[in-house]
Order: sequence, then C-alpha cells, then structure tokens
Amino acid sequence: MYEFDWSSIPGALPFLWTGMKVTLEITATAIVFGIVWGTLLAAMRLSPFRVLSWCSAAYVNLFRSIPLLMVLLWFFLIVPQVLEHVFGLAPGSDVRMTSAMAGFALFEAAYYSEIIRAGIQSVPKGQVAAAYALGIGYGQAMWLVVLPQAFRNMVPLLLTQAIILFQDTSLVYVSALADFFGAAYKVGDRDGRIVELLLFAGAVYFVICYSASLLVKYFRRKVSA
Amino acid sequence: MNRFVSIVFAGIVGTCISSVATAAETLKKVKDGGAISLGHRESSIPFSYYDDKQQVIGYSQEIMLKAVTAIKTETRMPGLQIKLVPVTSQNRIPLLQNGTIDMECGSTTNNTERQKQVAFSNTIFIIGTRLLTRKDSGIADFPDLAGKNVVTTAGTTSERLLRKLNDDKKMGMHIISAKDHGESFLTLETGRAVAFMMDDALLYGELAKAKKPGDWVVVGTPQSREAYGCMLPKDAPAFKKVVDAAIAKVMTSGEAEKIYAKWFMNPVPPKGLNLNFPLSDDMKALYKSPNDKAFE
Amino acid sequence: MAYAWHWEVFLQLAASGDTTYLGWMLAGFETTIGLSLASWTMALVLGSLAGVARTLPGRLWPGLGTAYVELFRNVPLLVQLFGWYFVLPELLPPSLGNAYKQMNPFLQQFLAAFICLGFFTSARVAEQVRSGIQSLPKGQKNAALALGFTLPQTYRYVLLPMAYRLILPPLTSEFLNIFKNSCVASTIGLLELTAQGRQLVDYTAQPYESFIAVTLFYLLINVVVMTAMRRLESRVRVPGYLGGK
Repeated sequence: MYEFDWSSIPGALPFLWTGMKVTLEITATAIVFGIVWGTLLAAMRLSPFRVLSWCSAAYVNLFRSIPLLMVLLWFFLIVPQVLEHVFGLAPGSDVRMTSAMAGFALFEAAYYSEIIRAGIQSVPKGQVAAAYALGIGYGQAMWLVVLPQAFRNMVPLLLTQAIILFQDTSLVYVSALADFFGAAYKVGDRDGRIVELLLFAGAVYFVICYSASLLVKYFRRKVSA
Repeated sequence: MNRFVSIVFAGIVGTCISSVATAAETLKKVKDGGAISLGHRESSIPFSYYDDKQQVIGYSQEIMLKAVTAIKTETRMPGLQIKLVPVTSQNRIPLLQNGTIDMECGSTTNNTERQKQVAFSNTIFIIGTRLLTRKDSGIADFPDLAGKNVVTTAGTTSERLLRKLNDDKKMGMHIISAKDHGESFLTLETGRAVAFMMDDALLYGELAKAKKPGDWVVVGTPQSREAYGCMLPKDAPAFKKVVDAAIAKVMTSGEAEKIYAKWFMNPVPPKGLNLNFPLSDDMKALYKSPNDKAFE
Repeated sequence: MAYAWHWEVFLQLAASGDTTYLGWMLAGFETTIGLSLASWTMALVLGSLAGVARTLPGRLWPGLGTAYVELFRNVPLLVQLFGWYFVLPELLPPSLGNAYKQMNPFLQQFLAAFICLGFFTSARVAEQVRSGIQSLPKGQKNAALALGFTLPQTYRYVLLPMAYRLILPPLTSEFLNIFKNSCVASTIGLLELTAQGRQLVDYTAQPYESFIAVTLFYLLINVVVMTAMRRLESRVRVPGYLGGK
C-alpha cells in the first residue's frame, strides 16, 4: 500500500500560486483572443467570398494539424528571435510569456472557429434567407440574426473548450514557464513526492473547472428564463 | 495561404540566420549588453534547483556564480546584470544556440554528440552509472538483473548501456524508460522494476528524497563514467577561456572541496536531506588537475 | 543560424542496433496510430452512452451522465494518466495490482494510456452528443413518440442520426485531438511518436530535425483524417441547415 506524505505542500504554496497566476493569465488571454479571432475565422469560412473562405480554411487546418505542444515549441524557439529582430529588443529578454500567449491564442482560435462554425450551421437556413429578404447584408445578418442564435447552441462546447484550454496550459513546460501544473510537478520532483503533488494539483483543477461549469450553468438558466 | 505561410517562414528563418550570424563573441555580447543570461535547472537536486523561496541553489549553481565573478573581473563590469533563465533537458541546447542563455551549469553530460552543437567548460562533476535497489532485493550487481524489469531515465547514457548490456549478454531484461528521474524512482518504488540504473549522484539524490531512505541502497560496479560540464556557446573561445580558468581556480584552490561537502555531505534545503555521497577518486583527481575532456 | 543541420541522421543505425532512426520514428508512428484508434473506439461508445444519458427524462440517468462527464473533463489529462498508471494499481487489492505490475512494461503502458485517453475523450464526445441532441427541435422527439416509437427507437432512428450529422465538424476536431493527445503517453514511458522524437534528440543531439520530423508525421495523420472527414461531412450534411448544399 502506498504511503502518502503531504508535508511538501504547505511550503510550496507561494510557488504554486505564482504558477496559478501564469495559468490564469494565459487562459484568459487565449479565450478572449481565441473567441474573437475564431468568430471572424468562422464568418470568413462561411462567407460567400471564395478567397476569404479559403484563407480561413487553410489557417484552421494548419493549426489543427499540429499538436499544441509543437506549436508552443516552435513559437518558443522562433518568435523571440523575430521579436528581438523587429523591435530591437536586447537578446535574452524574457519573452517566454508573450510567445506562449501568442501561441495559445492563435492555436485556440482555430478550435473556437470550428465550434462556432458548427454552431452557425445549426441555425436553419431560412433565418438568413429571411434576413436577406428584409434587405440586410451578409455582415449584419451574421451579427444580428445568426450569431446570437448560434452562440446559444454553442455555450456548452465553448465552455468545454475553455476548460480544456485551462488544463492545456500545462504544456507551457516546453518553455520552462512554471504554470500551476509545472510548479506542482517541479516541487514533487524536487522533494520526491510526485504522486502527492499531482493528486493535489488534480483536485485543485477539478474544483476550479467544476465551479466554472456550475457558474456557467447557473448563468445560462438565468438567461434562458 | 500556404504560399503566404512559406514566405513568412522563409522570412523568419532568414531573420534568425542574419540576427545570429551577426552576433558577436559571447564575451563581447555580455560586455556590450551589460548583462549575462544564465541557464539553470529547477529540480535537479543538489546540482541546480529552487529552494522554498524560489532562489536557485546547488553545487553547479555555485560554480556558475564563481565563473560569473571571473567574467565581471574580465569585462571590468562589477555591476554586470545577471538574468536567470530556467531550462529543461529538452530545450537547453536550442536556447543556448539561439542566444537566450549564455551558459548553463546543471547536470549536463559532456559528450561528443553534443560537442557538435555546443562547447563545454572544464568538467565540474564526474559520475559513475550504478544501480539503486531495495535493500532486501538480493540485487548486488548487474548480472543479478537477468530476466528482471529494470528502469532507467529516457535519453540517458544509462539507457544506452542497459540496452547494450541486454543485447551483448542476452540477459532478457525488460527495460522501462521513464520520463525523468522522479518517475524512474516511482517505477522502482511501486515495484514495477527491481532496480533503477542512473548516475550515482542522482541515485543518491533520489534515495535521500525517498520516504524511507533506509530501505534503499546504491550497488553495482560503475558501468561508465560521465563528465558534467557547463554548456557554452560554440565558437566563443575567449568566453570559454575565462570560464575554464575560473573553474580550474575553484578546484585547485581547495574551494571546490568545500562546495562539494556543503551539497553532498550535509543536509541541503528545502527539506534538510543529506545525500551522504562521499568524494570519489575520480572527483579527487579532477580537483587536482581540472580538464574539459569528455569520457565518450 | 549557428546550427549544424544533419538530416542524414535519420538513415543512421539507431542505438538499439536493429533499425535506423527513421525506423524508430516509424515504430512510434505505428504506436500512436494504434493507441489513438483503440481509444477513439472506446471514447465514441462510452461518450455516446453518457451523452444520451444526459438527455434522458428523469433524474437518475442525467445525473449519472453529468457526474461522469464532470469527473473526466475537469481533471487534466496528464494527471488522469498518472492516476491510471501509478496510483490505481496501488489502490487495487494487492494480488490484482501486482498481476498488473508484472505484465510486460509495454503492455502496462499501452493499457493505461488506452483506458485514460478513452475515458478522457469520451467525456468530450458526450458533451457534443448531448448538445447535438439538444439543438434538435423538440418537435422531432415528440413526433417520433407520437408515431408510436419507443424511447430507444426514437433515439436510434430519429435523434441520433440527426445529432451525429450536426456534430460532425466538432467531432472531427475531437478525433484529431486524440492523435495529438496520445502524446501524453510518452510521459509514462510509452514509445509513441513524440517519445521517439525525444529519444532521437537525446541520442543524436539534433533537436530541429527531430521536431520537424515529428511535426510532419502529425501533419500527415491530420491531413489524411481531415480529408476523409470532409468527404464524410459533405455526404451527410443535413439539407435545410446552413452549410447544407
């Protein structure tokens, strides 16, 4: 029987909290930019303009084809050099956080756009036809008629994606940024208590993600009531 | 879009090439920038790791700081700014190459493959590859492993040696390659493997971390020796000269022995673990005549 | 860049002596495919069941379905894998736990990764199945029931066929995800694609070649899956919905 020893956790709490802040910061940035950019991509994809729709499809397919881990790795190795070159930053400036955020936002946008596209496609065609008949253009029909209905259908999936994103931030370990998971693992590794620290991390993730999903459920009920 | 991507990519690669190609020798870069970036590990006890206050400490870290002092003197910049960048075993070589860090002292083995990409300073530590096992396991040396499950950490020399041993002597071992030393020890602790093969210094580290250190023992004839060095950029001979001289001075002056005793023979933060790992003959020889030779 | 490219490393004899480094990558590629397809089958079955359970009348089934989904989607994959591989065998009765731990290491790792990925992905599939069913007009279910279909028949012949067609795009995402998520199995020592790539870096000190090769292999998997799914998507599109042709 495995003997558990939780004594490493209290001393490590400040480090874990620093990690949690990194996790939250990356998640928030990626959700906001991901949804905005993802909506644009989905609208482009479904627009009657060939070029737009093709560009959007290429973007989404490219990002969906590469594991997030690889995207982050490439961003981490290459973007800092580009930034240094373009903005004349001193070599060795710490752009790990920026490159991680940019990588996540661009990557998540591809996923959000697929969810949003499916949401838009679940809106009956007659709605757009009716909007056109009323003399409304493509952009307005999307914004005023289709998207509001689509988003209602999509909320559960968008939430799921946000939760996945929150958990996926652990992959920033490739850039040695200590997010919450990374911090927990490092403390566990240093003290020989990996199992305990990971169970603790798992419990924290569960509480946060579950609370978030309860909150959204409550919110939705209020909106639909 | 695809063409666009390829053009952007070409642009990026071109940018990298031009920006790095114009980069000067590290010593000049440090002097001009007024700052040096040091790569360190985060949980490599007792070489380079964080204590409870997020300070980087350890045997390798102390030696690296000695080298930095020498660099300050050499560049006549007592106020040289020090930036600490955490690295992993995965990204340390690319980060050194792209100039994010100027040097890394942790637990990096100096070998000929790596010398194609980076340079190594004078050796800072020498290890032998041995076995960690439960005291009552009945394993005393490598031949006892025949037909058993043995764990080692992926990507290490131990992994190669173990594979070779298995092939050469037809030992029929099942070799488990775990992601890092922590997981290797967990594999041993949960009874999936009878022994854990690794660098002896790291085995003593895992043993000290165990819940019951008394249950475990390091055994076996060393199968190989490895030299840990500080990684430095290739083509930076002036920089390497300063670092090498600083390390040599620490060793021949007897200072290194004190640093060794502090990290390997006494309790170390954060939990007061004592590795009880006495100075080996290889290390004594190294301290007498410092060098930058790789063993393989 | 100050980097010595050596693409020929892929053709060198690997350290294991029996194949080239490219052979290592291909072996990893096979493991990735096998693991992903096996887990996907499990995820699709369990996910559909849980998703349907959440839309059933009454309290018991939706409650169970919800608990299942919340448990498996709110804990990070890495932690779950760790649990299946390292923690669970310690909590089982010793005879069972030891029997598992004495299995061939590769089988142990594969089994843990398979179960873990299957459960993890099934929670996400369940959410999509549920939202697909719930996005259908209520009239469809009522009409089917009014025609004398039993509840299982309503699901089998009316709701699910429509729901699956609607959720095909996000389901494709999930299918692609499972290939990429399978790389977490490398953390318990399973030698799949990512792990082989990492081994290559360790043995040859040529990180960029290895990263590029691994990226290309994943790209290949995804291009194939995506092309197949696009064709399927256009064949089963529901006329009358946006995107229907």
